[in-house]
Amino acid sequence: MMANTQYKAGKANHWRRFLANHLASGLAVASTIIVVAPLVAILLYLIYKGASSLNLNFFTQIPRPVGESGGGMANAIVGSAVLLGLGSLLGVPLGIAAGIYLAEFGRGGRLANFVRFTADVLNGVPSIVMGISVYALIVLPQKHFSALSGGVALGIMMIPTITRTTEEMLLMVPNSIREAALGLGVPNWRSVLSITLKTASPGVITGCMLAFARVAGETAPLLFTAFGNNFWSTSVNEPIAALPLQIYVYAISPYDEWHRLAWAGALVLIVLIVVSVALVRYVTTRGVLKGAS
Amino acid sequence: MGVGIEVKNLNAWYGNNHTLQDINLHIPANQATALIGPSGCGKSTFVRCLNRMHETNPIAKVEGSVHIGDLDVYNDASPVEIRRRVGMVFQRPNPFPTMSIYDNVASGLRLNGFRNRRVLDEVVERSLKHAALWDEVKDDLKKKSGASLSGGQQQRLCIARALAVDPEVLLMDEPASALDPVSTAKIEDLIFQLKSQYTIVIVTHNMQQAARVAERTGFFLSGKLVEFDTTHKIFTNPGDKRTEDYITGRFG
Repeated sequence: MMANTQYKAGKANHWRRFLANHLASGLAVASTIIVVAPLVAILLYLIYKGASSLNLNFFTQIPRPVGESGGGMANAIVGSAVLLGLGSLLGVPLGIAAGIYLAEFGRGGRLANFVRFTADVLNGVPSIVMGISVYALIVLPQKHFSALSGGVALGIMMIPTITRTTEEMLLMVPNSIREAALGLGVPNWRSVLSITLKTASPGVITGCMLAFARVAGETAPLLFTAFGNNFWSTSVNEPIAALPLQIYVYAISPYDEWHRLAWAGALVLIVLIVVSVALVRYVTTRGVLKGAS
Repeated sequence: MGVGIEVKNLNAWYGNNHTLQDINLHIPANQATALIGPSGCGKSTFVRCLNRMHETNPIAKVEGSVHIGDLDVYNDASPVEIRRRVGMVFQRPNPFPTMSIYDNVASGLRLNGFRNRRVLDEVVERSLKHAALWDEVKDDLKKKSGASLSGGQQQRLCIARALAVDPEVLLMDEPASALDPVSTAKIEDLIFQLKSQYTIVIVTHNMQQAARVAERTGFFLSGKLVEFDTTHKIFTNPGDKRTEDYITGRFG
């Protein structure tokens, strides 16, 4: 009798658990689909609209004058690479160094709290404001637009994301690892660079990629800095073309031909971002050992 | 060869907490010395004062003198130099997770700028043999991460890593407390063998372990060294009532 009632209770519980379990996983799957759906939709729509205008010319030629058909965005692709290269050159080392300071040296100090607060505020500054600031700081004194100023604007935009992720990732490294290094007679700076930062590197790299992908599509900070350029230029002292700028200019133009090129440009921009992120991830995880955590 | 350790009037604080009070003792060379006592009695703080790890905590403070051989630990050298001469093994195995077994053992030398491949190979092999781990790992030295080993193997890896920088003293802060009995027995065997070359100070909660491995034993209570004598004397005929109470399990 006793066993029987227990069995029944167990049975009811079983169904309740079955339902709750499937409800929870159903919700999780649904949320995932909702999150991924717009992304897939954007990509598919870009392929639908842009792929037909893609050809070799798109990657090898510069824009043609209005009325003349054909032409490409080769200068904008190279320009974007130059701008992102300059931006990363500035943003990655500064961002990582600031993150190291926050997590390893300034921990809890007043300067660290101030820097952390500034980084969070900087993260929320609209990108157009960043463009105007760099315009005032670099473009006005130099009296001309330049790739350099565009790179600086993108670099500054990368810093807060990189700094904060670096800090978080370093704080996740267990203290026992730091003690192990110090206990071996390793100087603190060396331990920070070769042990703590290395242990946290997968997360730090993710942070850098996040920042990179974010600024790769930025138009606003480039409007007043890199300015755009319809001709070939790789000089950091000249105005330079950039994919987002070119897309912007073409998209708001009245010409159908340019609209098609803008779609193609958007597709290329997304593919380039995905490829470069995947490439960095591949290169940096190649040497990971069996059983490494 | 190991060297003796002379501790005089050692006091240590964490913030306002006076965790070590007037410790005086002589730890003889080439022996294992066990430190026992209830949790929070200061025995871990004490070993951390010997290699100046205590001061890595910003609120920590130390006074008094420690001599290791003829080296004045708090006046003659930087903490970095001290820690190269005084190796340390921690309670929880802490191999560097991103490094291979080989790199873990070589890390102490490499991170101090030592690069000679052939010598590194030799040191790694010798240290792993010393730590009784060589036969288990020699085939995947560079293939496997140190973190992929079992807990007991990881702890022996950490011992090998400490031995690779050729210290004179080996501090072990409850090295077997996170390990199963078989791994514990291996670590204890190891302590027996290492004694001939190093001076060993081992903190332990396990009194049988102290009795098994150590020539001398010190009993700490509330930041004071209550009694320090041969292990045999401490466990058979302790001079202090509190020591007797502790080892017979009457408090704690």
